[in-house]
Amino acid sequence: MFSTLFATTITSAGTLVVNSDQSGGAAKEGFNSYVDAFRVAHPEVTVVVQEFEKEAYKTQARNFLTAEAPDVMTWYAGARMKFFVDQGLFLDVSDVWADAGLNDSLGSSKSSSTVDGKQYGVPWSYYQIGVYYRKDIFDNLGLNVPKNWEEFKTVCAMLKKNDIIPITIGTKAPWPTAAWFDYINLRTNGYEFHMDVTAGKVSWEDPRLDAVFAAWRELIEPGYFLENHPSFSWQEGQAPQINGEAAMYLIGNFYVKAFEKAGVGDKMDFFQFPTIVEGVANAEDAPTNTMHIPSGAKNVEDAKKFLAFMSNKEAATNWAKLRGVLSTNKYADKPTNRFSVMGFEMLSAADNIAQFFDRDSNPDMASAAMMGFQEFMVKPDREVKIRARLEKERERIHGSL
Amino acid sequence: MTFWERNQLKLAPFLFLAPAILIFLIYVIYPIIDSIWVSFHEWNGFDKNGIRSNGNPNWRWVGLQNYITVFFDDEEFYTSFFNNIRWLIFSFIAIPIGLLLALFVNQQIAGMRYIKSLFYFPFVISSVVIGMIFTWFYNPRYGALAFVLNFFGLDPIPVLADESLATYGIIIASLFPGIAYTMILYITGLTGVNREIIEAGRIDGATGFTMLWHIILPQLKAVTLICIVVTIVGSLRSFDLIAVMTAGGPWGSTEVLAYKVFRESLFNYRMGYGAAIATILFLIMDIYIIWFLIRLYKNERSEK
Repeated sequence: MFSTLFATTITSAGTLVVNSDQSGGAAKEGFNSYVDAFRVAHPEVTVVVQEFEKEAYKTQARNFLTAEAPDVMTWYAGARMKFFVDQGLFLDVSDVWADAGLNDSLGSSKSSSTVDGKQYGVPWSYYQIGVYYRKDIFDNLGLNVPKNWEEFKTVCAMLKKNDIIPITIGTKAPWPTAAWFDYINLRTNGYEFHMDVTAGKVSWEDPRLDAVFAAWRELIEPGYFLENHPSFSWQEGQAPQINGEAAMYLIGNFYVKAFEKAGVGDKMDFFQFPTIVEGVANAEDAPTNTMHIPSGAKNVEDAKKFLAFMSNKEAATNWAKLRGVLSTNKYADKPTNRFSVMGFEMLSAADNIAQFFDRDSNPDMASAAMMGFQEFMVKPDREVKIRARLEKERERIHGSL
Repeated sequence: MTFWERNQLKLAPFLFLAPAILIFLIYVIYPIIDSIWVSFHEWNGFDKNGIRSNGNPNWRWVGLQNYITVFFDDEEFYTSFFNNIRWLIFSFIAIPIGLLLALFVNQQIAGMRYIKSLFYFPFVISSVVIGMIFTWFYNPRYGALAFVLNFFGLDPIPVLADESLATYGIIIASLFPGIAYTMILYITGLTGVNREIIEAGRIDGATGFTMLWHIILPQLKAVTLICIVVTIVGSLRSFDLIAVMTAGGPWGSTEVLAYKVFRESLFNYRMGYGAAIATILFLIMDIYIIWFLIRLYKNERSEK
């Protein structure tokens, strides 16, 4: 709050106020490297960064967008961006894309920033979501990387039999549950159907979702997930795997920094989520992070320079590298960390890219659904009740079908 | 005589009160009335003249619809409401424990001053810190509780992951600062207890519990009333510990009305609906505030 007051009093020509949720550790370091490079390239602009805690940022964004808009803000691609675009709160930055050559350098991520043919932001990173596993445990037990659902269940059963927790997860903040829903649905019903679900065009009681919950249940009922997972945050969910008590974790690539720091980097490996229904084209979850210019920005001219700077390959490379994510700039140096390399290759080969459940959905629907997923993962018997409740929410938000 | 000189005595109190009243009107009364007004609308918090992606306006009059939804079509509301009642009932445990501790530390023993400040410590530390401490304490894999249970050969209890236990787990955490606060209130009350009456009671043969019940407690009536009110208000606005310890989970089972207001309005962009729940919470709180004011008024009259 004080930082907001402070920033408003010193705002003057040549001052660029940037609101960022890139707080703490690697995130902050990465973002600062970009800001510093920008300062060197544009000494005439005074950049003021206002840093927010990541979760608080999600609720405060609306407040500062309508009350005291910054000149640039970090945000998420997909439905989360479209929500603000529909409210007329983000500026059309198609000219930045054209003038700074972003159509070429960021071409592969263009669609994630586009609404009705216009660009409303600049993506700066993306990362893969997949299964991080303890290779040493797999090797000891003679297990191979599972390629399909049957193999995956066999691996889980073998781990369980040997007193290893097959899958760790922390669902205190329930979003990690959505990675399971996303992947089981993407591998069962395919990308188009999954996007219809997140857009609210499919009933939660639709029979095609029966198979998704049934497959999920095959992991829940035998107790393959970490017990009492609603007690743990996603970070606390790391501990059993780092301690060698759990084998697999379906999570984003931002996890790598943590287990490398804990000294088990050489024992870890990564695999793509296994096939469930043969013939369904591979689509992956790869959330894209973006920067936008709010409609209420006072210094639009410099804000455009800040966004256009993403065409600078060194700055783009450094940010992504320090942050442990993949750069959207195709001229950026290729990633060197082996997990980033595996992610890059997997995503380059994917037929379609989804953002992530809570970025593809209406925020209200996402929060209700993820709470439902959490409940289902502990009380699978309540499936019918949970899906009925979600359908009621969906109808309220998106209207009857 | 000028107008001012004639009425100086009558006007002065109002002039002194004016700044406070003005601030009170702007920051307390106006927001209350505005919230009630918002509760009759459907609003996503954006520009009131704007249009949503589904074609509806951002700001729309819906009459009592929000209240009807709250009462007849929202199970979560009742979960939150009954959690509030649990908070209300179990928070009272802080009062007798606070009294006991106050009696214990109210002794003339060397070093008691340090012990007093240790007992008061939980009230001084931020509730976020208390929430974190208890979250770790309850952690079913690495927490102290699991460690103790394990020592006795028992299975860990996942307090915060169990829908029937989680709320009680948070209430226990809230007792930690709650007891400290009631203790300090009772300590100040005990310094005002009339020594002569105690002496008189002792001569008449009152000791122990009889002394406490018939002689000390009646003199602490005013303090007890404040403790009750502070505890009730504290339990109705419980929010921070829930946000830190469970974020309303597992699956919304630890939400209270204040937390639901926060989630609906700020996270789910349902300002009108959140305002309707806030209004209901406000009315519930009013019952206690009116009861408290009547008690206070009666007390003051009987003292005169």
